[in-house]
Amino acid sequence: MKPKPNPARSTLGWWYTTTGKARERQMLVTIVGIALALLFPVINGLLGLGWEAKAVPIALFIILALGLNVVVGFAGLLDLGYAAFFAIGAYSMAFLTSAQSPIPWVAQGNQVNFFLAMFISAGVAAVFGVILGAPTLRLRGDYLAIVTLGFGEIVPLVIKNTPELTKGTQGMNPIGLPQVPGVNFGSDPIPWYYLIVAVLLLTVVLTSRLRVSRIGRAWAAMREDEVAAASMGVNLVTTKLFAFALGASFSGFAGTIWASYLQVIAPEQFRFDVSIFVLCMIILGGLGNIGGVIAGGLLLGGVDRILFDWVSGIVHGIGAAIQNQDLQLMDVSRSRQLIFGVALVVMMLVRPEGLFPSARVKAELHAAEEDEGAVEQERAQVVDVER
Amino acid sequence: MGGWQIDLFLAAVMIGITNGAFIALIALGYTLVYGIIELINFAHGDLFMLGTFVCLSSLTLLGFRTEVGIVGTPWHALLIAMLAAMIFCGVLNVLAERIAYRPLRRAPRLAPLISAIGVSFIFVNIGLYWQGPTPQRFPDLLPQYDFVSQLLGITSLVRFTFKDLFVLSLAIPLMLALAWIIKNTRIGKAMRAVAQDTEMSLQMGIDVNRVIAFTFLLGGVLAGAASLMYGLYNNNTVFTLGFDAGLKAFTAAVLGGIGNITGAALGGFVLGLLSALTITYFGGQWENVGVFSLLVIILVFKPTGLLGQETGEKA
Repeated sequence: MKPKPNPARSTLGWWYTTTGKARERQMLVTIVGIALALLFPVINGLLGLGWEAKAVPIALFIILALGLNVVVGFAGLLDLGYAAFFAIGAYSMAFLTSAQSPIPWVAQGNQVNFFLAMFISAGVAAVFGVILGAPTLRLRGDYLAIVTLGFGEIVPLVIKNTPELTKGTQGMNPIGLPQVPGVNFGSDPIPWYYLIVAVLLLTVVLTSRLRVSRIGRAWAAMREDEVAAASMGVNLVTTKLFAFALGASFSGFAGTIWASYLQVIAPEQFRFDVSIFVLCMIILGGLGNIGGVIAGGLLLGGVDRILFDWVSGIVHGIGAAIQNQDLQLMDVSRSRQLIFGVALVVMMLVRPEGLFPSARVKAELHAAEEDEGAVEQERAQVVDVER
Repeated sequence: MGGWQIDLFLAAVMIGITNGAFIALIALGYTLVYGIIELINFAHGDLFMLGTFVCLSSLTLLGFRTEVGIVGTPWHALLIAMLAAMIFCGVLNVLAERIAYRPLRRAPRLAPLISAIGVSFIFVNIGLYWQGPTPQRFPDLLPQYDFVSQLLGITSLVRFTFKDLFVLSLAIPLMLALAWIIKNTRIGKAMRAVAQDTEMSLQMGIDVNRVIAFTFLLGGVLAGAASLMYGLYNNNTVFTLGFDAGLKAFTAAVLGGIGNITGAALGGFVLGLLSALTITYFGGQWENVGVFSLLVIILVFKPTGLLGQETGEKA
């Protein structure tokens, strides 16, 4: 993998990985995107959509998707237990700021400041990321996926089974709120929205810079061919662990905000479905492409939180009009898994690179179609090397 | 007293062996498919769940939804239910392969796995619509007979009931039959050839697609058989059953060495024992923690499993 040539340095030139027309387009999309994100509450108010409470979880899940994208999209390590770190972040937040905390010092009323607790919790999640990452270094592909899946199951179960620490299935409540003078985080979703968008922007900046940095190129090299990467001097151990730790800390960040926003957390909120939902976002949007991941997150989150309600409403309306009891009671979100399942299969069959793929992934996936014969030959060689 | 009670231990071992039998049957489905196309068939556990629903629906149709008022064991109904589940699961598995996995055989490794996760979601939702979200009672149709207390006259915690006998006397012959098919038949030979080298098998005139479809059929049939045993043994089923069962069975397959038929059977029994012992000594809520910790530990220290051979850089 050849390093990208340094684009001509102009204002903001160091920022973009593309040049010419493509850069202009990228710049435009970025600016419009940020502006829309910042103006969303105003637009929402003007149009009377009433989506402010729905935008908060959608934005939060996009942070999760961006974090998972580092692990799966950049480093190529399939992680099916990502929700575990989300849970660890959320529970660290609760331990540090809740009156029900098992830490006596905190329970006596010395709640840690929200913003401090946020960073500590992200650090805790990162440590767990390394703890999980370290023993799995030797594993690849499917095996890694299954170990992470196992870890993702163990964490909520342990939380559930240790009620003396975590209050078990009952859940922990209340959880500390951010204290900002003049801002009420209690009941209004708007401050939450801005807090999450700020973290989201930070995540975008960090991950997009990381992607083109030395470690990002090491991830790409490792993803394509571990042996070749190692022989070119990439330290596989630190590179993998860094991907795990970083992905986990983004998830931890999201977890802290989620805990404080909901004010109650229980182990059932962090099951396997969450990991898969986030994975669907990045696969739908385009593995490895930050813009694509955001688009995928918006699309899936929108379908899940807005479209399903809307369609249910229409179905109920039709049911009421034609006096049909079944239609009036039908809940479209009950078919959520079915719809996502079909979407995953169809996506893999039709467009495995996602809706907005990164150029690199697209090139890889479509190489096969360009020249069957040459690819067959290449395959044969690859098989030889593997033996 | 206190300390170590031998009969408590033996009772757990007995439960573990019987549970291990159907875990082993499901594990065989994973290992067959993985051995031949290196795909973790994520939907396999959910296929098993749908199998229990087929059994339940067939028994309902035949008038045996409940054991109340039924004298003796309706063997013909059980046979019909089992055949129905075996055919249903086998055919459904082949269909899933044809639609969701076959077109992706040349795709990057991630693609079929994600497609399988999608199929698993679809199956779970079919189950949800079929029997609803609440656990369903499965009729308790087998004779209530405990060999230890009623035949031998020994009073202890250890039980070896007719149910245990039923499960073992169905599961073990099925496993032996599978081993025989793979070892002695023409299609079995073809399966081994494709597992070893797909390209070369193709060149030797083996219809690889047919062989792979047959592998999925075998896996599905075994899962269908396991589903009747599970239903009659545990007397309940629910649409979320598949995830747990699938993960346990996959662990068993990995424990034995994935791709290895004997290994999967052995892994199933070992896993059944482990989970029964965890339940006995730590309580039911720790069962899955024990299972998944075992999975992580095996993969970390011996990724080839108990009987697996060195496959090089396969994963």
